[in-house]
Amino acid sequence: MTVADVPPLAAPVEEGVWVRLRRRKLAMFGLILIAATLLGAIFAPYLTQFNPDEQMFDGLSITGAPMEPGGEFILGTDLLGRDLLTRILYGARTSLIIGLVANGVALLIGTFVGVTAGYFGGILGGVLMRLTDLMMAFPALLLAICLAAIFQPSLWIVAMVIATVNWVQTARVLYAETASLSQREFIAAERTLGAGHTRILFRHILPHLVPTIIVWGTLGISTTVLLEATLSYLGVGVQPPTPSWGNIIFENQTYFQAAPWLVFFPGLAIVALALAFNLVGDALRDILDPTQRGRT
Amino acid sequence: MLAYIARRLIMSALILLGVSFITFALLYLLPADPVRQIAGRSATPETVANIRAQLGLDQSFIVQYARYLGNLLQGDLGRSYLQKTEVETLIASRLPASLLLMAGAIVCELVLGLTMGVVAALRRGTGTDNTLMVVSFVGVSAPQFVVGLLMLYVFAVQLRWFPIGGYGTFAHFVLPAMTLGIMGSGWYSRMMRSSMIDVLRQDFIRTARAKGLGRARIMFRHALPNAILPIIAMIGIDVGIFMGGIVVVESVFGWPGIGQLAWQAIQRVDIPIIMGVTLVSACAIVIGNLVADIASLLADPRIKIR
Repeated sequence: MTVADVPPLAAPVEEGVWVRLRRRKLAMFGLILIAATLLGAIFAPYLTQFNPDEQMFDGLSITGAPMEPGGEFILGTDLLGRDLLTRILYGARTSLIIGLVANGVALLIGTFVGVTAGYFGGILGGVLMRLTDLMMAFPALLLAICLAAIFQPSLWIVAMVIATVNWVQTARVLYAETASLSQREFIAAERTLGAGHTRILFRHILPHLVPTIIVWGTLGISTTVLLEATLSYLGVGVQPPTPSWGNIIFENQTYFQAAPWLVFFPGLAIVALALAFNLVGDALRDILDPTQRGRT
Repeated sequence: MLAYIARRLIMSALILLGVSFITFALLYLLPADPVRQIAGRSATPETVANIRAQLGLDQSFIVQYARYLGNLLQGDLGRSYLQKTEVETLIASRLPASLLLMAGAIVCELVLGLTMGVVAALRRGTGTDNTLMVVSFVGVSAPQFVVGLLMLYVFAVQLRWFPIGGYGTFAHFVLPAMTLGIMGSGWYSRMMRSSMIDVLRQDFIRTARAKGLGRARIMFRHALPNAILPIIAMIGIDVGIFMGGIVVVESVFGWPGIGQLAWQAIQRVDIPIIMGVTLVSACAIVIGNLVADIASLLADPRIKIR
C-alpha cells in the first residue's frame, strides 16, 4: 500500500470563521458587549441629554453629596454633580480609542520585531530578541507609570506608553512562528525560484501569520483597556475632565464608601469590555489555531 | 545543567545592566526637575545651582550613569533626594511587606485556580465547567483596583469582616493578598483545566484505569502531578505581573511595601528610589524566570536544554 492509497482521515469540513464563531454563545455575548460599547460611544450625544462636563445645580444634594442612582440621573451623579451615565458613555470613547490605537501600534511593533527576528535570524534577530528579553524584565506597569509621568499625559501619549510596554508578547509569539515557517520547504522552494525577501515576507510568511495576529490583536485590546484604566486610576493616564472609566474612579474614590456606585458602574464597564475582548479572542484562538482545537 | 545555569546567569546580568541603563536614561529625560522639588519654590538660583552640583546633576549623562553604575556594583543604590535615607535601607524595610503580599497572592492563585481548573476538567462540557470558565474569564478581565475597591466595600465597609486598610495583623493581609491573586487565579484555572484535559487523554491514564486503580488514586498519583508540571513555570513568571500589581494594590489598601514606596517616589520625582525599585523588581523578575525554568527542568527530565 503506497502513501497515496491511505484514505484521508475524516475529511476536514472547513467552515467560515464567522459560522463557527456564531455557534459559540460566549463569543457572541462578547461581540454583543463590544457592539453595545461601540454604539454607546458613537451615539453618546443622542443617548443622554446631559453634557459630560456639565456640573449640574441639581446634581448634588443639599449637603453637597452625589445623587444616588435612579430618578433623573439614571446611574446617579459624581462628586462634582455631573451625570455618571453620561460620563461613562463618553468614557467609552476614551477606552475604545486607546484600545484600538495603542493595541494597533503595539501589534505593528510586535509583528515587525517578531517577523524580522524570526525570518532573518543571525545577529539582527539575536539583538531584537534580547531586546524583548530586556522588555520582559521590566515591570510593565511600573515602566508605564514612569513613562506616563515623564511625558505630560494626553490621550495619545497614554496610547503610545501602553503600546511601548505591550508589544513584547506578540513579538515573542510571532518570532517563534516565523522562525519555524522560514524552515519549511515551500519557503526554501520560493527562495530557489529567486524570490526576494520582500516577496517571501509579504506573500508567504505574513499571510500565514494573519490568524495569530488576529488572535493576539483581539486579546491585546483587553490588556490595553485594563492598562489604560489602571493608569488613569492612578492619575497618570487620561486627565480629567476628559472622562475615562479609570479616571472616573480616580476622581471619586474618596467618596466611595458613601457612594459605591461611583466605583461600581465604571468598574463594571471596564470588566465588561475587557471580558468581551477576552471571550472573542479566546474563541478566535480555538477556531483559528489548529493546535488548540479539541481542547475545549 | 551547570553550564546552562551559568549561561543564564550571565544573560540575566546583561539584562539587568540594560534595564538600569534604560531606566536611568528615561529618568534623565524627565522634564520635571528633582532639584526644584528639593529646593522648594522660593529658592534662589544659587541654592538651586548648589544643590544641583552637590547631587552631581550638573554633570553629563555618561558621567552620571557611570558613577551610578560604579556605586551599584558596590551595592549602593544612592540616597533618596527627599527622605535623606539610603535607598537600600528604604527598600529593605519595605520589601518584607511586599514579599508577604506576593506569597499570599500565590497561595490564593494556587488554591483557587488549581481547584477550579481541576474541577472544570473533570466536569468537562457540563454547566459546572462553563460556569467556572466564565468566572475565570471575569477574574482575568477585572483590573486590580476595581477588585480591591469592591472587596473593601463588601468585606470591610459593609460586612466589617476585615479592616479598611493598613498593615499588621492577618486580617489586614487577607483582602490585599486576594486582590493581588485573583487575576492570576483566572489564568491558573484556565491553564490547569487544559493541562489536566491533556493529561487525562494520555495512554498511561488509560493503563492505570485498565489496571483497575481507583478514581482517587488515578487522580492524585497519576494525573495531578503531571498536570501541575506546566503550571510550576507560571509561578516564576507571575513575579513580573505582581511587581506591577503591587503598585496598585498597595496604594488601594495602604500596604507599606515597595509598590507604595515607588508610587510615592514617582509623584515626588525622587529618582534614586524609582531607580532602586525598578532594579529590584527587574532582579525579582529575572530570578523568577530563571527559577521557573530550572524548576521545570528538574521536575520534568523530558524537557531538553536548548
